Amino acid sequence: MNRSNQRWWMEICLVCLSLFSSSAWSDSQLNLTKGVTAVSREVYDLHMLALYICTGIGVVVFGAMFWSMIFHRKSKGAKAADFHESTKVEILWTAIPVVILIAMAVPATSTLIDMENNDNSDVTIQVTGSQWKWHYKYFDQNIEYYSVLSTPREQYENQDGSFSGNGALKGEDYLLEVDKPLVIPANKKVRFLITSDDVIHSWWVPAFAVKQDANPGFINEAWTNVDEPGVYRGQCAELCGKDHGFMPIVVEVKSSEDYDKWLDEQHALTAQAENAEKASLSSSMSKAELMQLGETVYLAHCAACHQPTGLGLPPTFPALKGSAIATQGSIEEHLTLVINGKGMMPPFGKQLSLKEIAAVTTFERNAWGNETGDLVQSSDVKAVSEE
Amino acid sequence: MTTHTIDESLDDAHHDHKMKGIKRWLYTTNHKDIGTLYLWFSFIMLLTGGALAMVIRAELFQPGLQIVEPDFFNQLTTVHGLIMVFGAIMPAFTGFANWMLPMMIGAPDMALPRMNNWSFWILPFAFAILLSSFFMESGAPNFGWTFYAPLSTTYSNGSTAFFVFAVHIMGVSSIMGAINIVVTIMNMRAPGMTYMKMPLFVWTFFIMAYLLIAVMPVLAGVVTMVLTDTYFGTSFFNAAGGGDPVMFQHIFWFFGHPEVYIMILPAFGIVSTIIPAFARKKLFGYSSMVYATGSIALLSFIVWAHHMFTTGMPLFGELFFMYCTMLIAVPTGVKVFNWVATMWRGSMTFEVPMLFSIAFVILFTIGGFSGLMLALTPVDFQYHDTYFVVAHFHYVLVTGSLFSIYAGAYFWLPKWTGHMYSDSLSKWHFWCSLISVNLLFFPMHFLGLAGMPRRIPDYALQFADFNKWVSIGGFAFGLSQLIFLAVVIKCIRGGNKAPAKPWDGAEGLEWTVASPAPYHTFSTPPKVD
Repeated sequence: MNRSNQRWWMEICLVCLSLFSSSAWSDSQLNLTKGVTAVSREVYDLHMLALYICTGIGVVVFGAMFWSMIFHRKSKGAKAADFHESTKVEILWTAIPVVILIAMAVPATSTLIDMENNDNSDVTIQVTGSQWKWHYKYFDQNIEYYSVLSTPREQYENQDGSFSGNGALKGEDYLLEVDKPLVIPANKKVRFLITSDDVIHSWWVPAFAVKQDANPGFINEAWTNVDEPGVYRGQCAELCGKDHGFMPIVVEVKSSEDYDKWLDEQHALTAQAENAEKASLSSSMSKAELMQLGETVYLAHCAACHQPTGLGLPPTFPALKGSAIATQGSIEEHLTLVINGKGMMPPFGKQLSLKEIAAVTTFERNAWGNETGDLVQSSDVKAVSEE
Repeated sequence: MTTHTIDESLDDAHHDHKMKGIKRWLYTTNHKDIGTLYLWFSFIMLLTGGALAMVIRAELFQPGLQIVEPDFFNQLTTVHGLIMVFGAIMPAFTGFANWMLPMMIGAPDMALPRMNNWSFWILPFAFAILLSSFFMESGAPNFGWTFYAPLSTTYSNGSTAFFVFAVHIMGVSSIMGAINIVVTIMNMRAPGMTYMKMPLFVWTFFIMAYLLIAVMPVLAGVVTMVLTDTYFGTSFFNAAGGGDPVMFQHIFWFFGHPEVYIMILPAFGIVSTIIPAFARKKLFGYSSMVYATGSIALLSFIVWAHHMFTTGMPLFGELFFMYCTMLIAVPTGVKVFNWVATMWRGSMTFEVPMLFSIAFVILFTIGGFSGLMLALTPVDFQYHDTYFVVAHFHYVLVTGSLFSIYAGAYFWLPKWTGHMYSDSLSKWHFWCSLISVNLLFFPMHFLGLAGMPRRIPDYALQFADFNKWVSIGGFAFGLSQLIFLAVVIKCIRGGNKAPAKPWDGAEGLEWTVASPAPYHTFSTPPKVD
């Protein structure tokens, strides 16, 4: 930390003061969410039941303890009794908890049976986790896309240099916002098929009471049926590496009509993108265009590991600045790596368009002093990916 | 309960053949010396793991990344967990076992003294290897103390081999320690001390040692599979090669669940020794306590998958593990009720060991309540991998295990050092710890319920307020532990002379020998009737 001590202490004092201001507490949530589905409300009720039972037992047990601590103390002249065994009492306080547990197990069982009933869904969506983004694929719809954190880096990397960070500049949905949310219809049973491309992730939306691990090589099922349209936010819940804290989930629930409209838009967009891919094959882009698009793509998809500076985080994530592959290797080699991935590097072939891959490869070969002067066009990418 | 005679002429205290200086500690086969080594080692590890935790809390003081990079943050949480579990809590209990078991059962030493020396002295190397990875290019392990594959295999950084080797050494040390405990208790009890006359402390360590012998080889197996998956191309946990990443979790938690009872059963034993002493009343329901301990140990083998409800188990599996887990509340409840019944109509005083024990009963029970809530599969889907879980296991491990260790340390410090500790300083330690630990861990329940996942270096703005409080509690709790260090050093260097039995309600053979305990005790076994 290259900041003066004095400033640091002042900030700490300010922060401590802010703890006592009442407005700071306004957004804090104390309890579990009730959520927006029948299941999530059952889960909430079960949570409250368990909480009340525990509180009740706590009051009785701690009450007895405090009673004896207050009244059975030596300083008050208490003489120790000499009982130390009673089979009757032991049986009693074995049996009563068993009854209480059964009272909790019954509703828990019925809720669980409900949650695990994945039959008769109206919509099926495949959810795939990868380091560190989510991919959604609508069955029978030819719609699929990645959903990536959209909070700008400046907001979480505290680039204004202050200890407390530029708190005021952090958006309302800081770290809980994405570029393209998952869209599902309201009042329809939506089934999720959840899997992973690399390590284990966990897809969690608290408002639906759905948390299901995404295991590489296996598919898990979960479902939801949301009552009301709205935007619901969640996060990856299983440690999945460096940016585990930076792969949120946003689900936009739309009314049936809006959902159908959205599907049409997506189909049009897909068609448009396919045409653009074809068009890009027969045209070539200027260096300025490639570099500009390349930088955007790089920051969105590559900078998490290779860093905006191109210096990477060696040894796990190698530098691209001055690297052999980006400065001396052939364009084909470089493209193969970007398209197919290698080891921890994910394949970007299905994730980015030909144009985007061309642009980002051009960018990597010409940014940060990598002055190869190479320009990569969509047709080059197509050639390599068809090899 | 017990009578005994010490034949002074046979007492070895006057010719104890101690070596001088460092050699005494390196070559020692004396259970008291080795107990002391274990206890100091665990305290150093507690401070080390605590320092890592304080960096974590400093990073989480406010939203945004201020102090550490996300990858380093993961290294901190991983090594913090490993150090606290394997370096702080487990060795502390082995230290208690070494110091107290022979004296409680009237034996001259542990049954296997040379192995005892070795099982301690390999530990510092294990942790040196683990900690050294912080200074390597790749950094320390960053996949969480639970090292789920394939994050710990295909996707791990370069230091996995060091991690695996360190865990192997810790496992070897634990197994040797456990074998020693079992052999000592089975063979070296004083004449007349039948199993059902053993102090409950001895029972809990006996059962804990069996659990260790049962599950440490499972841990060794699973880290070895991680090693070969990472470096030798096997595919135990790699679906592409015919393996299964979820199988890792089954094997790990088959070790991991009994492991959590390994860290709490001895705590039950310590507290069951202290509460009767200061309530001046015999432990209520001794035999039910023994059976409850045994039941908890047996149940611990059939509940492991409650850590894995979200991995995609069949409904039947989820129901089975939910019911079994809920069942654990029954014997655990029996224990808590027995402690309360022991206090009931006692004649209580509140010396520091008792204060820590009472705090243990209340706060451990709170951890038990959240454990019961976590057992309910449908709600676990909401709690799993959030700060609610973090709150739960810190309540049972810090205000549970660690508080019992402090209770025991204060209880036996006069026996170990021959001096009474400073009453006022130790009360400062207790009250500072009690207040700060609740400020540290209680708000984590709210954070988890509000939806904050664990193991994240930065969080959404609605979690900011509680995280500030938690961090302040964390710094205060960390610093409060230095008071304990001061108490212990002061107590070793001087203080009021401790009588053989400083607590008027205490029972057991250890109080029949002088304070400090002579280097060799019970060369002639006492008679128990």
